[in-house]
Amino acid sequence: MYRSYVMICGSENCSSIPGHDQLYNEFQNQIKAAGLTDEVMVITGSCLGICHEGVGPNVAVFPEGSIYTGVKVEDVAEIVYEHLLKDNRVTRLLFDETVTVGNARSIEDTEFYRKQCRIAMRNCGIIDPKNINEYIAKDGYQALYKALTEMTPDEVIDVVLASGLRGRGGAGFPTGRKWKFASGNRGKVQKYVCCNADEGDPGAFMDRSVLEGDPHSVIEAMAIAAYAIGSDHGYIYVRAEYPEAVEHLEIAIGQAKEYGLLGKNIFGTDFNFELEIKLGAGAFVCGEETALMTSIEGKRGEPRPRPPFPASKGLFAVPTILNNVETYANIAPIILKGAEWFSSIGVPSSTGTKVFALGGKIRNTGLVEVPMGTTLRTIVEDIGGGIPNGRSFKAAQTGGPSGGCIPASLIDTPVDFDSLSKIGAMMGSGGLIVMDDSTCMVDIAKFFLEFIVEESCGKCTPCRVGTKRLLELLTKITDGRGTMEDLNRIEELASFMKDNSLCALGQTAANPVLSTIKYFRDEYIEHIENKHCPAGVCKNLLTYHIDPKLCRGCTACAKACPVHAIVGTVKNPHAIDTTKCIKCGSCIEKCRFGAIERK
Amino acid sequence: MSCTNFPCYGTLEQGTELMNWLEANKDMPGIVLPALQKAQEIYGYVPRPVQQIIADFAHKPLSEVYGVATFYSQFNLEPKGRNQISVCLGTACYIKGSGKILQMLQEKLNVNESGVTEDGRFSVDSCRCLGCCGMAPVMKVNDDVYGNLSGEELDAILAKYE
Repeated sequence: MYRSYVMICGSENCSSIPGHDQLYNEFQNQIKAAGLTDEVMVITGSCLGICHEGVGPNVAVFPEGSIYTGVKVEDVAEIVYEHLLKDNRVTRLLFDETVTVGNARSIEDTEFYRKQCRIAMRNCGIIDPKNINEYIAKDGYQALYKALTEMTPDEVIDVVLASGLRGRGGAGFPTGRKWKFASGNRGKVQKYVCCNADEGDPGAFMDRSVLEGDPHSVIEAMAIAAYAIGSDHGYIYVRAEYPEAVEHLEIAIGQAKEYGLLGKNIFGTDFNFELEIKLGAGAFVCGEETALMTSIEGKRGEPRPRPPFPASKGLFAVPTILNNVETYANIAPIILKGAEWFSSIGVPSSTGTKVFALGGKIRNTGLVEVPMGTTLRTIVEDIGGGIPNGRSFKAAQTGGPSGGCIPASLIDTPVDFDSLSKIGAMMGSGGLIVMDDSTCMVDIAKFFLEFIVEESCGKCTPCRVGTKRLLELLTKITDGRGTMEDLNRIEELASFMKDNSLCALGQTAANPVLSTIKYFRDEYIEHIENKHCPAGVCKNLLTYHIDPKLCRGCTACAKACPVHAIVGTVKNPHAIDTTKCIKCGSCIEKCRFGAIERK
Repeated sequence: MSCTNFPCYGTLEQGTELMNWLEANKDMPGIVLPALQKAQEIYGYVPRPVQQIIADFAHKPLSEVYGVATFYSQFNLEPKGRNQISVCLGTACYIKGSGKILQMLQEKLNVNESGVTEDGRFSVDSCRCLGCCGMAPVMKVNDDVYGNLSGEELDAILAKYE
């Protein structure tokens, strides 16, 4: 046992900051110099969830729960001598919410963490993900033991059913039902248990954090699922873009094998389970379940028509269940603490918690886990700390390219599966991007469509051609060539794609467009009728102009202009040649007198 | 030294490494995708002769291997620059201006259609979410991630890579 633990956040958000790589050694050296080697342990852990204004690296000191942000190598000595030796706090580096007048609070008491409830991320940032003993110390593998020795496979499924757990990957299908469908003929046929770790939604990184920070929670849950449906082989399909997650998984699988928690006769029972990692190769559609399975089979990751559903004919044409990383991360606590405990959290139709990747124009970016039914206002204002730079909240986007926007007028909507689909957004995998008044909603809709056009696999026509036509219609509007008729055409095409596409990618592709038209119709009309982009984003609708009364002729703008479109002599008002201007906005950033107008 | 005694492309070491990997994994179901990943790790890209080696080994038509190689964005069919720049165009980065960063890089480096500079020093690409949304906008040069970009630091970053 050590008196104190120093956890250096090792997630990419922090570790890519210059100087991060020297922190570990510097802590070790300073701790040694202070004679604390036997009392303090230093660990490079995983993400603590908070990426406050991107000022990491974060360092947390436990058990006090003090969190230091923006720690540089030269700060280490001060933390060691003041905090670890003298039990003071280095207030200038503390996460500012933990500092109240001269007093330091623990991170658990901050608005950021207090309104959260951590189940899936229970161990993230707390344990050393590369050490199985730390997971075991946190009741790890006890749920598997309980399932194997005290419960029948049907009892396991019943508990998961009763907990009300719904899939966290997007669609929200009840996990227990999925398992039940695949549970027939146990022991008589080959079956597979798969984990969807192909987190492709731009702006979502919670699965990454669970895999990097608590890989054993996924491995344990997959073994429980295998026991429940009668399978002995599993695959984890991970994005190749997450090398760190793959590394931690490989280490975890190796350690689990060594401890007899994977392999033959687990816990002395006749249950066997092997687990393999399969790497994705960068195709968004592979997050769709049938496409993921075709990809594991080594082929083009194109979706297959359903039925047959994977529960009867999945990977290599045998019964297969596929769950998302976050779904699995909830399983062990459900088995240990019971279905009733889990269903008491959240709201009746959406039990438990949901992890969101909070990003965009918000003060506290990072990962937050809240009970289902928490309002968007609590997430954005209390936990997220509101919008920076004095701007105002315009909308939040959930569900990535398949989801929709929630406008400011609906900020009190409870965030759960059913409430979100009622207002035309969706839970999705958990990306939550906050937008302020400088974001153009037409441009955002176009952004998501560009993504979908690139990622559409091309197998079915409604998606391949439909998304392309939809993008052309939107481009027409952002270029200033749109007509009101185009809005109707978009709606007509969208409903056709929804009814006729093969998989969810095409069926939901129009959602970002439809929801922005629904809530920001005025903004579309402004683009179409007045050829004006109110947020000042759509380039073709902008003009730049220098106010001769305010211009001092300092030449800063002319020097910054990459295409030499600004003419004028020193100390005389300059002018922009609009035929040359590429509307890059470099001049506006350089002007110290506010003389350049963008309209 | 190039090789003559078995189907191979590139240097003898590269060819041997690929063949050894294929032999060691010959029973793997669905070998085409992992084989292409291994080949790209060895060669840096997967040109047609390499696809042919994999196709022959797996007893599949070349069209099927080509189909897989072109389906996934990870695979390059053309060689890349010595240093690979990847600008994140995920949602969080996009609304914080990564589109502009990408455009600045493309203009600064004057890349051709496949995104490579004339001297082969850099190639510029976009990618979808590196999972570092906390420090958006983000770009990656080889394995180094740079965040909170404004555009002014680009010259200093580029200068680090030869």
